Parts: sequence; C-alpha cells; structure tokens
Amino acid sequence: MSKTKIIDKILDGLTYLGLILITLSVLLPLTWIVLSSMQVGNSLYSSTFLPKSLTLDHYKALFSKTDFPIWYMNTLKIATLNMILGVIITTLTAYTFSRYKFRGRKQAMIGMLVLQMFPSFLAMTAIYILITKMGLMDTHAGLLMVYIAGQIPYNSWLVKGYFDGIPKSLDEAARVDGAGHLTIFIKIIMPITKPIVVFVALTNFIGPWFDFIFPKLLLRSAEKKTLAVGIFEWISSRANDNFTQFAAASILIAVPIAVLFMYLQKHIVAGLSAGATKG
Amino acid sequence: MNREKRSMLLSCLFMGLGQLYNKYFLKGIVLFIIELLYLIKIPRIIKGIWGVVTLGETTQKMNGFQIIQGDHSVFLLIEGVVTIIMLFILLGLYIWNIKDAKRIGHEMDNCKSYMSTKQYLIKVYDRSFVSIMLTPATLGVLFFILLPIMVTVLVAFTNYSAPDHIPPRNLVDWVGFKNFIDIFKLKIWSKTFIKIGSWTVIWAALSTLLNYSCGLIMALMMNRKNIKFKGFWRTIFILPYAVPAFISLLVFRLLFSGIGPINNLIVSFGFDKIPFFTDPLLAKVSLILINTWLGAPYFMVLLSGSLTNISSSIYEAAEIDGASKWVQFRKITLPLLLFQTAPVLILTFAYNFNNFGAIYLLTNGSPTNSALRYAGETDILITWIFKLTNDQSQFYMAAVISIILFIFIASFSTYQFMKSKSFTEEDMM
Repeated sequence: MSKTKIIDKILDGLTYLGLILITLSVLLPLTWIVLSSMQVGNSLYSSTFLPKSLTLDHYKALFSKTDFPIWYMNTLKIATLNMILGVIITTLTAYTFSRYKFRGRKQAMIGMLVLQMFPSFLAMTAIYILITKMGLMDTHAGLLMVYIAGQIPYNSWLVKGYFDGIPKSLDEAARVDGAGHLTIFIKIIMPITKPIVVFVALTNFIGPWFDFIFPKLLLRSAEKKTLAVGIFEWISSRANDNFTQFAAASILIAVPIAVLFMYLQKHIVAGLSAGATKG
Repeated sequence: MNREKRSMLLSCLFMGLGQLYNKYFLKGIVLFIIELLYLIKIPRIIKGIWGVVTLGETTQKMNGFQIIQGDHSVFLLIEGVVTIIMLFILLGLYIWNIKDAKRIGHEMDNCKSYMSTKQYLIKVYDRSFVSIMLTPATLGVLFFILLPIMVTVLVAFTNYSAPDHIPPRNLVDWVGFKNFIDIFKLKIWSKTFIKIGSWTVIWAALSTLLNYSCGLIMALMMNRKNIKFKGFWRTIFILPYAVPAFISLLVFRLLFSGIGPINNLIVSFGFDKIPFFTDPLLAKVSLILINTWLGAPYFMVLLSGSLTNISSSIYEAAEIDGASKWVQFRKITLPLLLFQTAPVLILTFAYNFNNFGAIYLLTNGSPTNSALRYAGETDILITWIFKLTNDQSQFYMAAVISIILFIFIASFSTYQFMKSKSFTEEDMM
C-alpha cells in the first residue's frame, strides 16, 4: 500500500470516529428526553439514563391534568392565522412593489428597508403601551397584529426579489388576454413562486412556536398562553416536580415541527440563502 | 390671471377648491371633506401637541379614598405622536393637492386633453388596485413598526422609569440628552453597558465562528468519497436544527443544571459537581458550546451545498500541480466557501447578536453580579433590555440602549445590503 493510501485509510477512520461522536452528542440529549418522558415518577433526580420501566402516563396526564392542550391549541391557532394572513399580506405587497410603478414606490421601498433594520422587539416598551391603549392586552388578536406587521418589511423584500426574477412578459401576455389584476396574481404569479411562498408560510407558522418575547409581554392569563411561555414557566418554577411531564410535552411539540421541518428543509435552505443574497 | 394660477390659489386657500373649480368634482369633494374633518378635530390636535410637549401637568391625587385621575404621560405621548403623523399626512396631501390643481389648470389652459370624470374614474380604479393592495401593509407598518420606533426614540429622552416616574401615579418629564450622557458618565450604567456590550460582541463572534467551523467540518466529513451511509448521518445531524430551539435549550438547561443528570453522573464517579451555569466563565463557555450544538447543522447543510458546487476540475488541476489535500483546502475550498457564504455569516452574526432565546432560556443572565445594574454575567444587550423593560420598568434606559443597538445593527445591515444584488439590480438609489 502506498503512503497516500495509508493516510487516506487513517483519515477515513478518523472521519467515522468523528461522525459517531457527533451522532452521540446529537442523540444523547434527545434520547434522554424521549426516555424521560416515559419514565415512572416525575422527578429530575430519579432520571437514571435507562429507566427500569416505561409508561405513557405522562402523556395522558398532560391532556387530563394540565393546561397543555389549551396552550397547544392557542399556539396552533396563532401560528395558522399568522401563516395565512402573513402570506396574503406579504405576497400582495411584494407583488405590487414588483409589478406596479406608482408614485412613492422607491421611497416606500427604502423606508421598508430601514424599518427592517429595527428589530421590532427593540420597540417592546412602545408596543406594550400601544397594545394596552388599543384594549388588546391579553388577547390573541393583539399578538397576531404584532407578528403580522413585524414580518412585513423583511418578507416583502425577500418575496419581491423573487417576483422580480419572473419575466414580465408572462403577466403582460395574460393582460392582453383580458385577465384582471388579481387573476394574474393568483393564476400566474403564485404557482411559479411556490418555493418562496412555502418559505414565508413556514417561517410564519414556526415563528409563534418559538417566540417568547411577545407572548410573555402581551399575554397574561393562563388560558391565553402559548406553548413556549407556558412550558418555560413550568421549568423555571418547578422543574423538579413535573420534569417528566415537561419531557412528554417536548416530544409532542418537537415531533410534528421536526417532521414538517425535515419535509420542507430544501425550501428553508433555499429561502434563507435567497434572503441572504437578495437582502 | 390664467386658470393654472387661479386653481393653484384656490387649492392653497382650501383643499379641493382648485379641483372643484376645474370641475373635478369627485376629487375636489373628497379633498374638501378631508380638510373639513381635520378642522373639526382642531381641539384634539391641539391637545395632542400639548400632550407631547408637556407630557401632562396634573398628577393623580387622592381625595380621601377617591382617586382623582391625573394626566397619563405615556398615553399623551402616544396620542401626540399619532397627531404628528396625521399632521404630516395632511401636509403631504396639501402639497399634492396644490400641485394637482396646478397641473390640471395648466392642462386646461393649454387645451390639451381634458380628462372626463368617467375617464378619471377608470384611471382611479386602475390605480386603486395598488392602493388597496398596499393598505394592510401600510397600516400594519405604520402602527406596529413606525409608531413604536418613534415612541421608543422619544422615551429615550424622558425619565420614564420606576419607582418615581410611572404613570398614572406620577408624571413623566422630558430630560433631553441626559440619559445618553448618563449611560456613558454614570459609573454603574457605563460599567454595565461596556461589560454587557463587549460580552455581546464576543458571544456573537465566537458563536458564529464556532457554528461555521463545526458545520464546515461536518460538511467536509460528509463530503468524503469513501464514507458510507451518508443519508443516515445527514438525517441525524439535521435533527438539532429541526427540533424547536426552545425545547432543546430547556433540555440543556436541565441537563447541565446543578442537580441535573450530568452532574449526577459526575458525582457518582466520585468527582465534584461542575458549576456549568453558576461560574461566570464556565457559564459563558457552556452557552457558546450549546449554541454551537444548535447552529452547526444549519451550516452543514448550507456548506454541503456549496461544496458540491465547486467544480472538480479545479481540484484535478491542483492535483497535477502537486498540491496536497491540505493546501487544496486552504487555497481553493476555504476561499471559495467564504466568498459564497459571506452574507450568511454576517446575517448569523447579527442573529446571534440578538439571540434572546439562547441566553434567556439557558441562564437568564445568571450568575448574578452585584456590580452590574439589573444584569447578570451572561446577559447580552437584548436580554438586558428585556429585563430593564419587563422586570425593572426602567423604560428610558431600555430605550437608550435600543437606539444604540439599532445604530449598530443598521450600519451592519447597510454594509451587508450594499454588497447584495438587489442594491445593484434595483437601480433605486
């Protein structure tokens, strides 16, 4: 065997070693949670890595004894509405900016760009006051408004960049055939732009599952809370008492989102890099 | 006097008169009514301006057991800002109204095409598509982005904070640039700001660097020719990216906590507990490492894509020239990858700079440090702002720090934007 071949073999061996180490570091925390969710008892202390017997009681308890189902439905509702309304407003805005030349267009685009740089949560104080003043404190409507408005500048720019890449001759041809504004948008533009629309829909759907800042700021009563806030409060107040329940809840949240994520990961990566290069 | 001048003067006098004079009835009446509405609201406009100038004059008083409501400074501030926005809209409309009257008058003077109301309505319908489409976005941006930003900027110039200036019990006053001077001059504020600020930069830079290099190592491993089960490894490695971050962060918080299973294991081997989150330095190291666990998979996916895009002919040429694998990596792979992914690196840095979730969920800023004002050792600027707002009601300092942070982010994003395609392609600036 030549010298380079030996080095190659050694590198292969090291690579496998590395791959296995990374796999372990990825799987151990996740396995720990899966096993903990099926462990008898409820404490963090007793969680030896391999439980002696397995049970599904914690999952049952989640639905019968805790606010978990309410939080889940709240989050699902907010996420779905945020996705639908966000996609409608964002694509219509982006379409208008991409296809119509109207007075003030350029100024509006520059304005949005500047606003995009001011992360909406930096204006937390003001949003808090504003929502109070509008009488939307502790309502999902208020939270939704903040979410939907907050995503407009960035996502509109992103989608507009994508729309710009679609030849205008397509919609001009349709216009000659007598199609109206909305028909062109729905029948011609939307189908071609599926990847970017899926990306925006997905980010708008997933956002509310992860966000703490605004729900914690704007939602007060227990039956209005979202998952992220509710579960965080379990952990920070009594981690040790309902640890196994936390694990079960985590599984119920993580699995659907992870499946969705893996299924659509190509769109996510493509969308992220589109956003990166197109500003 | 010609029609152009007359219609201009009429429109200056009262909005819409010029248009009415030129028989553009619909447009004229709409403009006329708008000005009328503003005129009716003059008392409110004056009150709005008064509110934003004085921030209220009467404090809440107790009359026996009865509370007599005073002025609510912060509500007055917001009403004032809304009034100012409305006035600016009026001003814009007024200027447009005069220009429009002048243009129509000019057209009629020169007997060029006179647009009938019907033609005008058709044009309006066509144009109104744009307006209708943009209305929701405009309203949303105006009320939930622009207005809050304006209020935040203004709050930075007041003393809105607990315990002495919280409405409705007390009034808030304008203090000018005092807060901006204080944050640099008052020792407790400047010390905290510098400490938190520098840790924020270190945190964002190291996180980004580690995420990138670990992602790169993973991508390179996956990219080796002889490696089997590539799909299997890839699926596993993507898992941290697919599990909701707040779940994995909470899991790590428990795993590494003082009573957590990792410390249990260490104790069962006869060693002392490791203070992962309670020792200042160790807490920072743990944070960065855990963030790498979360962030590296994204870079692995991204960089695997970029790696396959590099044409193999470059490597073949290098091989012929006798370049070793290491040299090939350093001179070909790395520069090409960095070139392609520079925007993503900048975005990741900016993201980590404001990575609220990672800090808040893992340590919530602990361990505490009494030398810092309302902040712990591992707080970054954004979690500090959150604490100042949510826990401490120090709204004015939160606003000041937000503005400083914004200037930083804005210059960063502008730099990134200047390099991006849309800047050159849109030919708009």
